[in-house]
Amino acid sequence: MPTESAGPAGAKAVTRAARVRDSSAANQTSASNGSAALGTTELSVHYPNAPKPALDSVSMTVPRGSFYAVLGPNGSGKSTLLRALLGMVPHAGGQAHVFGRPISDWHRRALAREAGVVTQSESLAFPITVRELVAMGRYPYLGALQSETTTDKEAISQAMRMCDIENLAQRFLSTLSGGEVQRTRVARALAQEPNVLLLDEPTASLDVRHEMEILELLRASADRGMTVFLITHHLDLAARFADRLLLLDRGRVAAEGEPREVLQEETLQRVYEWPISVSDDPATGLLRVTPLSTVSGSGQDSDSS
Amino acid sequence: MKPVTWAVLLGFIVVLVFLLSLGLGSVDLTIGEVYAALRGGGDLSDRQIVVDLRAPRAVMAILVGGGLSIAGAVFQALLRNPLAEPYILGISGGAATGAVIALALGLAASFSWALPAAAFAGALFAIVLVLRVAATADGGVDVRVLLLAGVVVGAYFTACMAFVLSISDARTVRTLVLWMMGSLAGSDWRTVGMVTLYTIPASLALVGLARPLNLLAIGEETAGFLGADVERVKRIAYVLASLLAAAGVAATGVIGFVGLIVPHAVRLMVGSDYRVLLPLSFLTGAVLLTVADIVARTALSPAEVPIGVITTLVGVPLFLLLLRRSVGAGTGIGAGTGSGA
Repeated sequence: MPTESAGPAGAKAVTRAARVRDSSAANQTSASNGSAALGTTELSVHYPNAPKPALDSVSMTVPRGSFYAVLGPNGSGKSTLLRALLGMVPHAGGQAHVFGRPISDWHRRALAREAGVVTQSESLAFPITVRELVAMGRYPYLGALQSETTTDKEAISQAMRMCDIENLAQRFLSTLSGGEVQRTRVARALAQEPNVLLLDEPTASLDVRHEMEILELLRASADRGMTVFLITHHLDLAARFADRLLLLDRGRVAAEGEPREVLQEETLQRVYEWPISVSDDPATGLLRVTPLSTVSGSGQDSDSS
Repeated sequence: MKPVTWAVLLGFIVVLVFLLSLGLGSVDLTIGEVYAALRGGGDLSDRQIVVDLRAPRAVMAILVGGGLSIAGAVFQALLRNPLAEPYILGISGGAATGAVIALALGLAASFSWALPAAAFAGALFAIVLVLRVAATADGGVDVRVLLLAGVVVGAYFTACMAFVLSISDARTVRTLVLWMMGSLAGSDWRTVGMVTLYTIPASLALVGLARPLNLLAIGEETAGFLGADVERVKRIAYVLASLLAAAGVAATGVIGFVGLIVPHAVRLMVGSDYRVLLPLSFLTGAVLLTVADIVARTALSPAEVPIGVITTLVGVPLFLLLLRRSVGAGTGIGAGTGSGA
């Protein structure tokens, strides 16, 4: 790999990495002022009939305006943390708060004006259009029989513009590709005009371009002051886009902090139970996390070209 | 066409079939004679036929057709399945059994509220029972189990009614048979008043819940994240939709599949926005049941075909078609597994 000329894409990535670090520093000062967007103290969740708690005394803080990524193996409690933060599953112990208020004090409508959520998946009972799905994001703002105001229409079209789905407005969801569906669901959450956006693996089924488009959109939103809480399996991309990372392991916090603090080889190997190498990519200056092979002999990807 | 255009058109058709049903029957009257009778003029026997016999029956068709259609559409949102409907869910059977028991015990004769109350109790018993049977460990509902349980519970209630029938005297048997197969023949202004009292407020309240019902149709968890008070909306909607079905059954017996046919047709016209779907379902249901009643009265005149037979003959092929389609292809977003109700 050429190291001397990273090219425009690489250069862009490096600048972003630098900016990420800047904004992360800024956020830490604001976090110390006590302005956390989301937070938990000793939060535990125990599902009925489950042998072990899904979350075990998790304490974490998402600074306002930061891009916060949550990592961890399958079943480590990432999705449960999202639900518990917003009061969708009963707490067995501890507390969760949103913008300083305990979650139990929030009315669901008021909460939906502050927090937009994109869950892993949903299934439609009936065919509806892209515009109709995005417009549902305005639910917390509208009365039972009230029709959309100019403000609502503007929020809907702006959300659709940001997610680049304006040309799909009248299409039925069932006719869209996986990437278009995900962008529609992100647009619905943006139409809520939230101050914090929580997403559970929104790019899991997307190709590189659509994944990057969504991540860049989230990064840009965070840069404009929105707090982003992203659950993902992509360690590299989390390190590249997020200000802070949380690594969960069987319902407990394995590590929390800036990407380089969290993504340590031995921590990752312990949590994922797999040999993993962490290195700096010389071309882009980004952190590279590479799963190795357990079969002896084959190791890191060989780039001798 | 825009929803408003549909509403105006359907409103016009409701009036048209209403007038037709006043004119058609064992004695055919012209529009002029019907009009004169409604104004209080014309022939005395015409007036009796139109005002005392046919008009309450025609109004009943509008109320019951509209109510059953809204109930069906609401159950479909709650259960996230286009096959849900009061008859299929066993609710109509439960309501009819409640009503039949109240009749057989003579309660209905003593207390005017006993019949609708017994029907409502039967309806709630049926829906709670089938929801219990279909409840999954994670708090959801297995809709396939639910539909199966509903049909089986419905069969059980039919047997209950047949049993009451077999121990009743010949005079009550005729009334009871009408309950099992549905008929508008017993409609008078008193029962119309009773059905109006339940149907109109419940329908309006459910139209008021249209927005949260829209959210429920895309999933309970998502609805909660979008700001809906899911449990409260579900409770109210289940009770009101059961009440609508019970009110209809209390007055006219079991009329199946109206709640399946009508919302399906309306979805094809205007899509699935419940703010539009529910009012238009009421109008379309009113048209469907009025037309079905005209057919019931005139097809084999002077004999009468039970109206439930007509709606079932139309409804079952549609049900099978929808069932086949739901087996064929899902309408899922992502790799979703619906959480049910």
